[in-house]
Amino acid sequence: MRSLRVSTPSRTHSSAWGMVNTTIIPPGPPTDLLGRLGALGARSGVLAAVRHSGQWVLIAALAALPVYYGIHDLTAGYQAGIVAGHPVVHHDLSKLGFNFAEGLSDGAIWALIAIGYTLVYGIIELINFAHGDVFMIGSFTAVGLWGPLGLGLTTSALGLAGGLLVTLIVTMLTTGSLNVLIERVAYRPLRNAPKLAPLITAVGFSFILQNVGLLWRGGNPQSVADLIGAQHPVFTIGGVPILRGYLVAFAVMIPLVFATTWFIGSTRAGKAMRATAQDPEAARLMGINVNNTISLTFLLGGALAGAGGLVYALYETNVWYFQGFQAGLLAFTAAVMGGIGNVRGAVLGGLIIGMIQALSDSRIGPEWTEAVVFGYLIAIMVLRPKGLLGEQTREAG
Amino acid sequence: MSGPLMTPIATLRALAGRLPVWWSRVLAAALIVVGVAVPFLFGGNGGFMNATIIAFAYAVMSLGLNIVVGIAGLLDLGYVAFYALGAYSVGWFGSEFFAKAQVHVLVNSVVSTLPGVHLNFLLILVAAAAICALAGVVIGLPTLRLRGDYIAIVTLAFGEIIYVIAVNGANINIGGGMTLTAGNLGISAVDSPYFPGIAQFGLLDLKPWYWLIFAILLVAVFINLRARDSRLGRAWIALREDEVAAVSMGIPLVRTKLLAYAMGAAFGGMSGAFLATYTTQVNASQFQFGFSIFILAMVIIGGLGSIWGAVTGGLVLGYINNWLIPDVLNNLPSTFGFRFQLTQVEFGIFGFLLVITMLLRPQGLIPERRRQLELTSAIPADDAQLGNEPEGTT
Repeated sequence: MRSLRVSTPSRTHSSAWGMVNTTIIPPGPPTDLLGRLGALGARSGVLAAVRHSGQWVLIAALAALPVYYGIHDLTAGYQAGIVAGHPVVHHDLSKLGFNFAEGLSDGAIWALIAIGYTLVYGIIELINFAHGDVFMIGSFTAVGLWGPLGLGLTTSALGLAGGLLVTLIVTMLTTGSLNVLIERVAYRPLRNAPKLAPLITAVGFSFILQNVGLLWRGGNPQSVADLIGAQHPVFTIGGVPILRGYLVAFAVMIPLVFATTWFIGSTRAGKAMRATAQDPEAARLMGINVNNTISLTFLLGGALAGAGGLVYALYETNVWYFQGFQAGLLAFTAAVMGGIGNVRGAVLGGLIIGMIQALSDSRIGPEWTEAVVFGYLIAIMVLRPKGLLGEQTREAG
Repeated sequence: MSGPLMTPIATLRALAGRLPVWWSRVLAAALIVVGVAVPFLFGGNGGFMNATIIAFAYAVMSLGLNIVVGIAGLLDLGYVAFYALGAYSVGWFGSEFFAKAQVHVLVNSVVSTLPGVHLNFLLILVAAAAICALAGVVIGLPTLRLRGDYIAIVTLAFGEIIYVIAVNGANINIGGGMTLTAGNLGISAVDSPYFPGIAQFGLLDLKPWYWLIFAILLVAVFINLRARDSRLGRAWIALREDEVAAVSMGIPLVRTKLLAYAMGAAFGGMSGAFLATYTTQVNASQFQFGFSIFILAMVIIGGLGSIWGAVTGGLVLGYINNWLIPDVLNNLPSTFGFRFQLTQVEFGIFGFLLVITMLLRPQGLIPERRRQLELTSAIPADDAQLGNEPEGTT
């Protein structure tokens, strides 16, 4: 089993806030409007039925966009270009294929970030809001390393590969350490505080990191050298050009994901992580150093976000201090969609979110993408809070 | 295992927690006295007066968010949505934005000749509160079964969706060539409040604006105090403390939670309506996620769940944001040789304040008494251990 168990029965009924004396309000049927609304939602079983079949409703909702646009492309056609002043209309699925290819490679980046969310949530039940900004710092670090390493548009292929590998390793170490540091400063002192507390420091750190990025590289998106020729087509599959950027994204993502699942599933430290996720107290009794294990989790998550940051810089060829905000929210949505605490779910969710994003960018308009993705996020929360592959969590109850 | 970082934090926290309990009452009394005295001390104009008016409006928002986050314990990260809806209520019902319509209710003679929908400010205030309360219920419904950070994410998502709609609303046609919002261009030329015989609202004299927002603030504080001590308020606190126990004691979960969202949202809407009227514009760029965190910082720094704390937090951050950073300290970095201005990193400063407050004085400036007891007794000095205590006691 390579997923992180999240909740244990003993923790299910504990309170986040402690004990209090309250006056008892007698129960009774709700008579006002709000009560009836609630009865409609929570008691009559309509919502319960929807939630019960939630997985299928969610899958249907996810399939809706590509199916709709696929049918639309086949019947109404789409404008493929303009030749001699006349629009050329095609009736095939290659535009959809192009959307998918682009979405999957975007999704590879979101998957790398989403693993960090899912690991951290699995082990200390905290949404690490600063995670997206750790990813941003990863991009900035990677881009900052290109200069000293002498990487430029004229570097030979071999030098580029070596230089990028060094960049990848240094970036992963940097962001991993940064994430460990954040945990040490902002989350560990609040381990026994109400759950709201570390969440708030996480948000605070997110803003601090954003402003570090702002002072580092200014307030506007900066374009960086297109080292790999990201838009250069390598080959085509069924009329869909596969760009070099896509291949690089997957070349980084796939080995890292396999390494992560191997690490969690097969090493002693990974076993300690899973044990801590399942029950920290029992893990401590078994001689596991819980604090070190949690630090290790943050190191792993931060390193993967750093790798995502490098891929993002190579693939998008621009970096921005605010990129972490959107990326963080997309990746978090991905982690929830896959089932938080579940590494394979995070990867699946990342790829799906990438495809939704690409479809929305290309068909609805990039200015609406955020709303579309968040619409899906809310739909997941209502329909199937434990995600596509996930396990029951306390929050999702 | 206690790392080297923990000891100084614990020490500082002990120092910060040592403020006496009675200082909150002294502060509350002083606040009202100072509030009445301000316009006489600072005259009707100037940057400080302007900052005071905006800080009071923030305090109203902070009170609203305090109901949701502080009293009912539902972390809302999308509160900016209600600021937006309140402000757009003014844009829709108090300006020439819907130029095809001709509706005038209780407005002055100049405004009644203009096209558009023009309602009296008090009516707009009620409309803003009603729209936001409804929106609060809509946002609250999907979160009913969720807890903790999942609520935070859903509310954040709603806040962002509202922002995206506000930005792109300029392209949403609602018929007759009119659009839903004016996007980043903004709706400008908003009507001034019209209270014949009481006060003349203008750009030169800020005093009427001051008295208006001071009155709104006092009403908000009063409603908050009464609500907190009512049966509903006690139900909110009970749900916050232990949802399972509260529900098994017969507290109607759905109604209680939705009322918290609705009431919190209504204050955000009223404050948003005032701010839009005061600044005479409604611009989509005002409604970004950062503002939600800004309001949350007010509640946290003031003291989660504490009404006077929320007011104080709103005032403190309002002054920091509108007076201390832009007017007083803005060029501080350049005197130390840095090439940036303090206004650029204001959200970083608020983030830093959030972290510092949570680490050193999690109960806030003016703690709620119940939470102070919890926080000071539940967090052990050697806080590096996980699970030092049984879960239910934290």
